[in-house]
Amino acid sequence: METAVIVVIGVDKPGIVAGISSALAKRNVNIVDISQTVLRGIFAMIMVVDVEKSQVSIGELRRELQQVGKELGVEVLLYHGEVFKYMERV
Amino acid sequence: MRYSPEEILEVVNMLTREDLDIRSVTLSINTLFASSHDGRVVLDRLSTLERIMSRFVEAVYLVQEKLGVRIVTKRIAISPVQYLLEPNPREELVVEVGKLLDGMAKGTGVDYVGGFSAYAERGTSRGAQVLLNSLAEVLNSTERISGALNAGSTQSGLNVDAVKQFVSQLFQMSPKASSRTAVIVNSPQDSPFIPSAHHGPGMPNASVNIAVSGPGVIAEAIRRSKPFTFQELYEVVKRAAFKVTRLGELVGRAVSEELGVNMGAVDLSLAPSPTVGDSVAEILETMGISRVGGPGSVAALALLMDAVKKGGSMATNLVGGLSSAFIPVSEDPIMANRVREGYLELSDLLAMSAVCNSGIDMVGVSKRVGHERITALILDVLTMGIVLNKILGVRLIPLEAGPGEEVDLGGLLGKVVVADVKEVEVSQFVRMGGFLPTPIKRLETG
Repeated sequence: METAVIVVIGVDKPGIVAGISSALAKRNVNIVDISQTVLRGIFAMIMVVDVEKSQVSIGELRRELQQVGKELGVEVLLYHGEVFKYMERV
Repeated sequence: MRYSPEEILEVVNMLTREDLDIRSVTLSINTLFASSHDGRVVLDRLSTLERIMSRFVEAVYLVQEKLGVRIVTKRIAISPVQYLLEPNPREELVVEVGKLLDGMAKGTGVDYVGGFSAYAERGTSRGAQVLLNSLAEVLNSTERISGALNAGSTQSGLNVDAVKQFVSQLFQMSPKASSRTAVIVNSPQDSPFIPSAHHGPGMPNASVNIAVSGPGVIAEAIRRSKPFTFQELYEVVKRAAFKVTRLGELVGRAVSEELGVNMGAVDLSLAPSPTVGDSVAEILETMGISRVGGPGSVAALALLMDAVKKGGSMATNLVGGLSSAFIPVSEDPIMANRVREGYLELSDLLAMSAVCNSGIDMVGVSKRVGHERITALILDVLTMGIVLNKILGVRLIPLEAGPGEEVDLGGLLGKVVVADVKEVEVSQFVRMGGFLPTPIKRLETG
C-alpha cells in the first residue's frame, strides 16, 4: 500500500465527502480511513487513501482534487504518507 | 500505519501555516574532470553539466509533486574553481567559466551554482589568486554564481593578506553580487547553503545535501506550549527540530534515490526567510527577549542552538553543512527591524556568533567606512571562528547609503539595513601583512 493524506478545509456542507470520494473512485484510489475535525476553527476532513493503484500520478491527483475543491468552495491539500511517517514516527 | 487527526493536523499546520519547507536541495558534484591546461577544454567539459542540471531539476520537481512539500531552491555545488585554475591561471577563464555556468543554470532552472571558491588559509595558491582577482567581475557579470573564500582554519591559521584582497574585491561588487559571496573559516565540505556551498575534498563524485527552513515551526511550538522552565523550553525546541529535520531527511533520500546518487548531508540550520513568521529573531523574542539584541539574546540563542542540534541529530545520521541558527539580518525581517531600531548592533551579532555558526551575515555597511575598518571587522569574526574551532563567516553588503538606511534586494535576500561601524582608527593593526599563526587549539589534534 502507498498511502497519501488528503485534508479538506472549509465550511461544512452537503456534497464534500461525495465530491472528493467520487473523484478518488474515478482514479481507482481507495479510501483507507476518514475522519472529521476542526482546524483553525473551521471544518476539516482528513482522508488516508491508498494511491498504489491510482491511474494518475500523485501530482495529477492533487490537481484534480484541488479543482473539485474549487467547485465545492473548499481547500484541498494532499501529501504523500511518507511525510507523516517521517515526521510523526521514530 | 495509522495517525491521529492531531498528528496529521500538526504536520499540515507546519507545512501550511508555519512556513516549513525545504530551503534548498543542493546537488554537489565533483567537477575536477574538467581540469586542463587548455581553457577551451575546460569549458567544453563543463558544458556537459547542462544535462545533469536538467535531470536534477526534473528530479526535484518530481519529489516536490509526489510529497506535496515545497522545495524553495535548487542548487548545484561544484569543486572549488580554484583547482580548475591551477593548471591554467588566467582571469579571463574564471569569467568565461562563470558566464557558462550562469547561462546553463538559467536555462535549466537551477537557482544557484556554488563553488567559485578558494581555500587560502596559509597562503594563496596560483589558482586561488586568480579566483580572488576575478571575484568581483565574475559575480557582477552573473546572476546565479556564488563562491566563498576560506581564508582560515583552526588547523592552519588565518591568511590576513587574502582577507584584505577579498575586501578590495567586495568594494567593487554590486549589492546583489556581494550577497553571493562570503569570507569564511573552517568551511564545511558539504554545505547546501549559498555562498558556502561547494564540492569539498574527500566527498564522493556526487551527493545531495539538504537545507530545511523551520524557524516558524519552532516559534509556534514555543508559543503553544508556554513553557515554565528552561528544561520544558529545551524539550519543546528539541522535539520541533526533530520533526523539521526529518522532513529534510525524507526529501534528501527521495531526491538521491530519484537521481541514483548518494544522500549527502542534512544541514540542521534554521534558515529564516523575509516572510513574516519565518524568523530566528522571532524565536528568541517568543522565548521572552522582547527585542533581539537585548541582554539574554546570547543565552537564548545558545539554548536554541543546542536544542536544535540535539533534536536534529536524532532525526538524521547525516548531519552536515553549517548546522546552526542563521542570523542573516536582511533575510530575517525582525532582525532587520531591530538593527534599524538600534537594538541590534554589530557587536551583538559578533557575540551571538560565538554560540551559532553563521557570523555577521547579510549586513549592510557604508562604503564610507573604508577597507581597513571592514577588514578589521571581518578579522574579529574569523579569529573567533578559529579560536573557538567553529565555522564562521562574514557576508557584508557594501552600500553607498549611511547607517540606519536600507536597500531592498528583493526575494529571499530581503531589505539590507546599513549597520553602524564604530569610528575608530585601526589602520596600524590592519596594515600589517602576512597571516595569523595557528591557535594553540591546533595542538589538541596533534
